[in-house]
Amino acid sequence: MNFLTYLINGISLGSIYAIIALGYTMVYGIAKMLNFAHGDVIMIGGYLIYTASSTYGFNPLVSILISVVGCTILGMLTEKVAYKPLRNAASNLAVLITAIGVSYFLQNIALLIFGANPKSFSSVVTWEGLSLAGGELKIQGVTIVTILTSVVILIALQLFINKTKSGQAMLAVSEDKGAATLMGINVNKTISLTFAIGSGLAAIAGALLCSAYPTLTPYTGAMPGIKAFVAAVLGGIGSIPGAMIGGLLLGVVEILSKRYISTQLADAIVFAILIIILLVKPTGLLGKNIQEKV
Amino acid sequence: MKKFGKVVSMLTASAMLMGTLAGCGNSADTSSTETAETETTEASAEGTTFKIGGIGPTTGAAAIYGSDVRDAIQIAVDEINEAGGINGYQIEYKFEDDEHNAEKSVNAYNTLKDWGMQMLVGCVTSAPSIAVSEKTHEDNMFMLTPSGTAVNCVQYDNAFRVCFSDPNQGAASAEYIASDETLKSANIAIIYDSSIEYSTGIHDSFTSKATELGLNIVTDQAFTADSNTDFTVQLQSAKDAGADLVFLPIYYQEASLILTQANTMGYAPTFFGCDGMDGILEVENFDTSLAEGLMLLTPFSATATDDLTVNFVTKFQELAGHVPNQFGADAYDAVYAIKAVCEAQNITPDMSVSDICEAMKTGMTEIELDNVLTSPSTLSWEASGEPNKEPRAVVITNGEYVLAE
Amino acid sequence: MKLTKVSKRNLITYGIVIAFYIIIQILNLTGNLSSHMEGLLVPMTYYSIVAVALNLTVGILGELSLGHAGFMCIGAFSASLFSVATKETMNGGLRFFLALVIGTVMAAIFGFLIGIPVLRLKGDYLAIVTLAFGEIIKNILAAVYLGYDEAGLHISFKSFVLQGEGKMLINGAMGIQGTPSDSSFTIAIVILLISLFIVQNLVNSRDGRAIMSIRDNRIASESVGINVVKYKMLAFVISAAIAGTAGVLFSHNTSTLTATSTYFGYNVSIMILVYVVLGGIGNIRGSVIAASILYILPEMLRGLSNYRMLIYSIVLIVIMLINWAPKAIEVREKYVTLLKRRFAK
Repeated sequence: MNFLTYLINGISLGSIYAIIALGYTMVYGIAKMLNFAHGDVIMIGGYLIYTASSTYGFNPLVSILISVVGCTILGMLTEKVAYKPLRNAASNLAVLITAIGVSYFLQNIALLIFGANPKSFSSVVTWEGLSLAGGELKIQGVTIVTILTSVVILIALQLFINKTKSGQAMLAVSEDKGAATLMGINVNKTISLTFAIGSGLAAIAGALLCSAYPTLTPYTGAMPGIKAFVAAVLGGIGSIPGAMIGGLLLGVVEILSKRYISTQLADAIVFAILIIILLVKPTGLLGKNIQEKV
Repeated sequence: MKKFGKVVSMLTASAMLMGTLAGCGNSADTSSTETAETETTEASAEGTTFKIGGIGPTTGAAAIYGSDVRDAIQIAVDEINEAGGINGYQIEYKFEDDEHNAEKSVNAYNTLKDWGMQMLVGCVTSAPSIAVSEKTHEDNMFMLTPSGTAVNCVQYDNAFRVCFSDPNQGAASAEYIASDETLKSANIAIIYDSSIEYSTGIHDSFTSKATELGLNIVTDQAFTADSNTDFTVQLQSAKDAGADLVFLPIYYQEASLILTQANTMGYAPTFFGCDGMDGILEVENFDTSLAEGLMLLTPFSATATDDLTVNFVTKFQELAGHVPNQFGADAYDAVYAIKAVCEAQNITPDMSVSDICEAMKTGMTEIELDNVLTSPSTLSWEASGEPNKEPRAVVITNGEYVLAE
Repeated sequence: MKLTKVSKRNLITYGIVIAFYIIIQILNLTGNLSSHMEGLLVPMTYYSIVAVALNLTVGILGELSLGHAGFMCIGAFSASLFSVATKETMNGGLRFFLALVIGTVMAAIFGFLIGIPVLRLKGDYLAIVTLAFGEIIKNILAAVYLGYDEAGLHISFKSFVLQGEGKMLINGAMGIQGTPSDSSFTIAIVILLISLFIVQNLVNSRDGRAIMSIRDNRIASESVGINVVKYKMLAFVISAAIAGTAGVLFSHNTSTLTATSTYFGYNVSIMILVYVVLGGIGNIRGSVIAASILYILPEMLRGLSNYRMLIYSIVLIVIMLINWAPKAIEVREKYVTLLKRRFAK
């Protein structure tokens, strides 16, 4: 029974990583850039919800909506100002560095506006959760909501990409930008849309992250951000189901190694597993193998 | 063409470097007339004001501790200046950010030295304090850390501290638990942060003292700064081990999370913390009913009703917008300790840094402060730099800190 | 003797470093050097050294590494361990020389061991694995306890009590305390010059050309008989070793050494990458200049107190846009041609 509790906690943590990783992976697939500021968008999303619900007293759902809209705008804005001018730069490292600049910027602006004092976040999920097997196994409401949300998002994204025109345009841009332009696809618009979706997802991830681990500081997004990045790579960066599997795997491994091996070395173990998987499958679990041409 | 671009960027780069170098040279000259944070000072020529510096993190993950200390020193300095200063001399005060990084802390110290600092209230955190104490020792500058708890923070004779040292707190906690009729037979679980000195220090001394006193530690769980949001595993292990007392030698940020997560798990042991726990009731938006019954050993409580605390807390809230934690209180006492010693030893700002330090060293061991924030009775110092004060055991009852019997 | 274009360029780099050193010494002798600036010199130099090391991997070998702080960490810990253990028994100069050698060699060994799996991967996957190794190194060193007493050497992941006479060398999260401060600006500059010499000569050697050919086209270089694995490893190990040397300077500059994210986390590796990219990928001299400026910049912004890091981040974004955006480059080049024409008249 205990093992099950840990497993469920792991899946819950993994679901949050997965939602963040989806944002990473979509942006990478289409814009071919590692958006290091993604974790900080989550933090901004958290603060938006906090301000809306605790300061202005909106109900949780409205607060989440405000945060999603806010983060979407933020995502599109940073893309326009900081990333778009560098799209055809000589090295793709250039945009990586501006992303780091944006990350510092968001952290420090949050520090100035909200201060360093940690805020305790009231969970957006008020449901108590389930009590199974005669009270032996308790599953928290937020855990169930997190897992369900991530599944819904995964299905919605798959449908969006495979069934809608904009989704197909995204696929085309990720395959070949030049060819997509020739087919009459507006590449700039498509990339902008990708950032919008990725950042909107970050806002949802922020709501779930801060509900499960109710604290909020300007640095809240940094560590989950980097772990989600690891998850995205683990699953094969650019692949949407891959991000989901990578996130879940990472969450479960983290919780179980904390429990059964060592709480101090849990991160080292997570990273060691990443290394082993990449050595066996060099492009991640579901990554595409790109043939090299001379 | 490409090469030209490179040349241009190189030129701009070297121009910038030159600019920074020149700017640096200037800053040394102009800094004596600069007043970074104090606006209350009027005169600032050499030798007519005391120059007190402070160092601590005001950006980065530990920013809360540094900014509280910065604001608390400011309050004390303003009060003293209004009341006529130290020995009739006003105080000038400047605080520098170190990002909780030993290397940056030394940089901050050097900046303050250029500014003309005579005494240091800092650093706020342990590792930077140790690194800076090497430098103050070389320069023979007096240093009083409000909250550097690690043993080595005061390894040199010019360094003193206001807070308890880590081993001191760990042992005191174990003794308190052993002396309590209901607590001493409890099954104890420990959850601590293995990546910071504060927590490991208390943890190590607590465990050795607890074993000596025959306390029953059933499980010992660590976490690290990189994974300080999810405590379900540690709490579940404590629950499985049947612990009814959880010792938390950690800061209130993580503690507030632990309490919330324990509550959602339906696990309700007695939680016991140290001075880092103080501040938990002031975490914004935190459901204080979760902290009900939490015990902590702390020298300061912001809800105390004596005039000194009320005055400090009101002023602090006006300045910073939130209730101060013990870091701020330690810093406030530090400034008043410096004032008391300066007055007792007739220290004047025209003395050299080294002379001030020598006078402070003797003065610190001779004074006894009786009206302070961080001790129920008096506050005095050993030559080793350790303070003599008693910890208070406090229980949170009805959302307030109440002294335990 | 006629200098080739390449060796001329290299000499200019050494010249800049030496000139900087001389300027600083003059400022110091005439009393114009503030203690703040004086304190910045050594850190500035060791970050320049790591930037040079990373540029060898990123610019010359063409592989993105996000784990160089890990090599610094190895160098710092192994050398500090040696210095602390022999503090009482050995004289300063020799001890520091040996510490430098030990730190460098240890980092090189780890570079080799990590290089075996890492260099089989490509692109971002390689980057993430180096990040992973860096984090593992940091994580393990932060959890380990090492000490000796009458019963011999003890190593454990749990804290322990020493029996009788003995000494704690690595004390878990508290790391290594009391490393002698042997680093000095002069030694740091000498090491920077040596690293520059090694890297610049490597680049212009037969081996260097082989390495760069792998960067530009791996398959083509393989087909002309270049041993890809060997040359990749050569560059990576040298890069790791130099980073390790910088780590030794780091740990012998401050007395406390802890394996925390502030000093050796992935964010530090990224910060070094920022130096490299801003200085120009593959431009060794640029790395030194960019590292120096970017290390000093936040320090010079201290007057802005709370806005310091915010301004720093804005400056970073703006510099990147100006230096790298194709549009900005176009405008700049137009300007340069205009200027050139005017001067030609």
